[in-house]
Amino acid sequence: MNTSLSWLKAYVPDLDVTAQEFMDAMTLSGTKVEGYTNLDADLEKIVIGQILKIEQHPDADKLIVCQVDIGEAEPIQIVTGAPNVKEGDKVPVVLDGGKVAGNHDGKMTAGGIKIKKGKLRGVESNGMMCSIEELGSNTDMYPEAPEYGIYIFPQDAVVGADAIEALGLHNTVFEFEITSNRVDCYSTIGIAREAAATFRKEFRPPVVEVNGAGGDVNDYISVEIKDTDLCPRYCARVVKNIRLAPSPEWMQRRLASVGIRPINNVVDITNYVMEEYGQPMHAYDLDTIAGHKIIVRRAENGEKFVTLDGQERLLDDEVLMICDAEKAVGLAGIMGGENSMITDDVHTMLFEAANFDGTNNRLSAKRIGLRTEASAKFEKGLDPNNAKEAIDRACQLIEELDAGDVVDGTVDVYVKKKEPVRVPFEPERINALLGTDISREQMLAYFKPLELAYDEAANEVVAPTFRQDIFRTVDLAEEVARFYGYDNIPTTLPKGEATTGKKPFYLRIEDVAKDVAEFCGFSQGMSYSFESPKVFDKLLLPADAPERNAIVISNPLGEDFSIMRTISLNGMLSSLATNYNRRNKNVRLYEMANIYLPKALPLTELPDERMQFTLGMYGEGDFYTMKGVVEEFLAKAGLSKKESYDPNAEKPFLHPGRQAKIIYDGETLGYLGEVHPTVAAAYGIGERAYVAVLDMPSVVELASFDRKYEGLAKFPAVLRDISMIVPKTVLAGQIEAIIRQRGGKILESCELFDVYEGSQIKEGHKSMAYALSFRAKDRTLTEQEISAAMKKILNGLQSLGAELRQ
Amino acid sequence: MKDRLQKIREDAIARIRESQNPDALNEVRVSVLGKKGELTALLKSMKEIAPEDRPAFGQLVNDTRAEIEHVLDDAKKNMDQMLLEMRLKSETIDVTLPAKKNAVGHRHPNTIALEEVERIFIGMGYEVIEGPEVEYDLYNFEKLNIPANHPAKDEQDTFYINKDIVLRTQTSPVQARTMETGKLPICMISPGRVFRSDEVDATHSPSFHQIEGLVVDKNITFADLKGTLEEFAKELFGADTRTKFRPHHFPFTEPSAEMDVSCFKCGGKGCRFCKGEGWIEILGCGMVHPHVFEMCGIDPNEYTGFAFGVGLERIALLKYEIDDMRLLYENDIRFLRQF
Repeated sequence: MNTSLSWLKAYVPDLDVTAQEFMDAMTLSGTKVEGYTNLDADLEKIVIGQILKIEQHPDADKLIVCQVDIGEAEPIQIVTGAPNVKEGDKVPVVLDGGKVAGNHDGKMTAGGIKIKKGKLRGVESNGMMCSIEELGSNTDMYPEAPEYGIYIFPQDAVVGADAIEALGLHNTVFEFEITSNRVDCYSTIGIAREAAATFRKEFRPPVVEVNGAGGDVNDYISVEIKDTDLCPRYCARVVKNIRLAPSPEWMQRRLASVGIRPINNVVDITNYVMEEYGQPMHAYDLDTIAGHKIIVRRAENGEKFVTLDGQERLLDDEVLMICDAEKAVGLAGIMGGENSMITDDVHTMLFEAANFDGTNNRLSAKRIGLRTEASAKFEKGLDPNNAKEAIDRACQLIEELDAGDVVDGTVDVYVKKKEPVRVPFEPERINALLGTDISREQMLAYFKPLELAYDEAANEVVAPTFRQDIFRTVDLAEEVARFYGYDNIPTTLPKGEATTGKKPFYLRIEDVAKDVAEFCGFSQGMSYSFESPKVFDKLLLPADAPERNAIVISNPLGEDFSIMRTISLNGMLSSLATNYNRRNKNVRLYEMANIYLPKALPLTELPDERMQFTLGMYGEGDFYTMKGVVEEFLAKAGLSKKESYDPNAEKPFLHPGRQAKIIYDGETLGYLGEVHPTVAAAYGIGERAYVAVLDMPSVVELASFDRKYEGLAKFPAVLRDISMIVPKTVLAGQIEAIIRQRGGKILESCELFDVYEGSQIKEGHKSMAYALSFRAKDRTLTEQEISAAMKKILNGLQSLGAELRQ
Repeated sequence: MKDRLQKIREDAIARIRESQNPDALNEVRVSVLGKKGELTALLKSMKEIAPEDRPAFGQLVNDTRAEIEHVLDDAKKNMDQMLLEMRLKSETIDVTLPAKKNAVGHRHPNTIALEEVERIFIGMGYEVIEGPEVEYDLYNFEKLNIPANHPAKDEQDTFYINKDIVLRTQTSPVQARTMETGKLPICMISPGRVFRSDEVDATHSPSFHQIEGLVVDKNITFADLKGTLEEFAKELFGADTRTKFRPHHFPFTEPSAEMDVSCFKCGGKGCRFCKGEGWIEILGCGMVHPHVFEMCGIDPNEYTGFAFGVGLERIALLKYEIDDMRLLYENDIRFLRQF
């Protein structure tokens, strides 16, 4: 919503503030000013001059030399190339040292263009005559200005006077951000009312009176509303003997100041009243209205209609139509029809000021694909009580501008009148909510300029119907707060019972994961929750993979963002690829984010959102580096027992020989492995990459911050090494399981310290060596105890096919 | 005998003085003070002295031993000191050589900002509560006073799964979920991912993060809201930070406000960073709308409350002067390493 300072002053004549003061104060009282433009910002020293004499330039065919009276004792000489001036013309003249806003081709220069006297082809020129473009506007807004050439003032312009003033450019245009609850402020009057209240000045809205030229509107038109839910009110008035002409300068200037192009008096009046009252209107050529009857009804499904822009529109039965006795003549509240529009031959005109359901209007405009100035207002849900005043105002302006003869009376079909809302006035509750101590009198003083009436007998505040945001005490509290000043409300802290600040356990475990990842060199990344369904093929997942059961977004930004991820790897691999493409070395990333697993498709209940701790890396390090990070985390999360790993993780996107399920206490917590070379290639990662994914809810289930101190060992440990040759297929995990199981309680630790495969070892075998440590808490172990344990271990290992080396 | 003692003493001291290394000193100790040393030998030959003179001579020998030991210890101490100095001197390194890099990873700037905010509010007694990212329309809109066909639904550019389920457009649904549990008072923040169908550019992302705050108790006032958020702003942006509350509209709070903070770059004078305004918009807030209370089963005549919502990316971008939001989701390690 835009409006200009000079227009606001028409209703708040005592408003005397700078643009900045206006912006600051209005913003603090709730009418946010986004910004403002001073139309004369780049215009300086420009006066009205009159051309006394024109002579040809001695050395240039296309230049003329003018003597221009600028109201001083002596005329000044100006050389120009403009083709349209003649002697006697009154023109804007920028004097030596002055400034214009742009070029005559309409190109604006920030800060303006300085004009200095000088010589043009040897002839002195002491200023410049200006086109409307040079003054920062255009011929759309100043239709009287010539297409090409100098702007020419009417003959009654005063020579020597301020040309900027005469053009109405000493003005400021404000851009407002109006919130959706304040529909009344989508109008100049609405904003003026707020301005008057904010600056505590008198508000003088137009006094609407229509003289009328006799006759009876009922003889011209009747109105029938078939759907009063979608059209609560329809006001119609008739104007005879239309006399189309340009509207007067003051109206043109006001419309131009807010960017509306003046057309003719009738069109300008409808636009003017729409800005002023926020009520869109429409004008029909009454002679095109069959049966002199207006019927408001829903369209038929599949009905077609040509709007006044010449476009054919396809409609459905949710679209509200304005019709006559035979045909449709307009899309209600959106755009009129080509068949009934005002043309230059119009004699009698039908004015419509109606009220339409905002939601229906918005949805219709959206479906038809036609959002207009009018629909942009209607969609917000206008006050039906505003329609009558607006149509009368339009007719008043018709009379003022002598644009026609207004027929007496209004056809006003208004079935369910909107009544004002009454709210009990409870100053104590308002103060209790705001934390203030404002007197009831002061509160009432804030309400008055807002036209919130106080019914003393009922102790109720009566909100005018244009205030569609006031229903209960809190809404009145907002009004009090706005005008008391949010800044004046004290600052306190809640005084209730103390609460404990805390984070739930699972979030603390997530923090542990982040810390460990970072200690291990992994940086945190973030990727989108939605991705492309092509991801599954990229990850080599088979057609029946459960991951393919993903939630589909019905209105995605594109196919690439159309499903909710069911696996966290795509984001990680994409991020690794980004880094690889940018030649970043040794990249380690982690992400802590959800996957979304539907319980059933199509979705009827919320999906299972599972937090995934995903690690990815390339560069230094290998599978075992990644494994180390996983174990470090699980240990810190209180999973103190030994993890086990199942090489049959069945992840098609991982190297078949380098992947493992991570198992703890029989529970699968996730997986890790080297990225399958085909997958790495598909993402464009040119190195071996490793990933690990831990399902956080599974980890959290087993995690704990409880720790129990175990006494430091007092008795000596006995160390034994075992070296053996085993078939390659035997896994370290199997060997360790046997050592641990058979070593019993006295086995303190068992560490692999050497693995060797090579020429000295027989084909299909590998050599492995473990360091075992035995210790008891309560005694020094005897040689017999150690030997017995070792014997059990060695027997067990032999059952795996191990040959012991001495 | 006295002369021999004197000689032993003088020789020993001379040898100590001449010693170049600890071994030489030790040799003196052994050869003079040791079991087979010169002084021991002298004591053994005491029988050559008249018995009445023996005590005096014995004393003399012991004095001499003490003296030599003393000289010896001093020399040892000096020598150790000298050797240490020599070693330290030889071990001098070039401290300007490059450091050995510790490959510690880095938190995402969003998380750092979030942890800052969490720290502040947890310190003020707030509990962190999360809610689902895929959410019922009922919680994302309806229970927040945004009924079907409300224009705010359009404004927020919602991603729909179906007509009842959406990707939440805000963290506010956690308000309704928390209030519905009926556990009062409430003092919570709820961080999380939210989604809006904005095309990706320098200032927009279809997925971003918010932190919701909610306090519900008896006698909670707008002044409490102001005080709490002012405290938060000072803690987050510095003690000199000033705040400004502007009226605004949100369907689920009344009265509502937006909070600006004085520009932490220029202190409010106006600079390029704050676009010359001196203020930066930080968050939206307000008093919980009584209708929202009613829909969640809380009696608005008994309880009041305030709520606020902060855009996490906004804080991160401002605090770390990141000029393009896309950087936050690219995960370029050179970017992440800066935090």
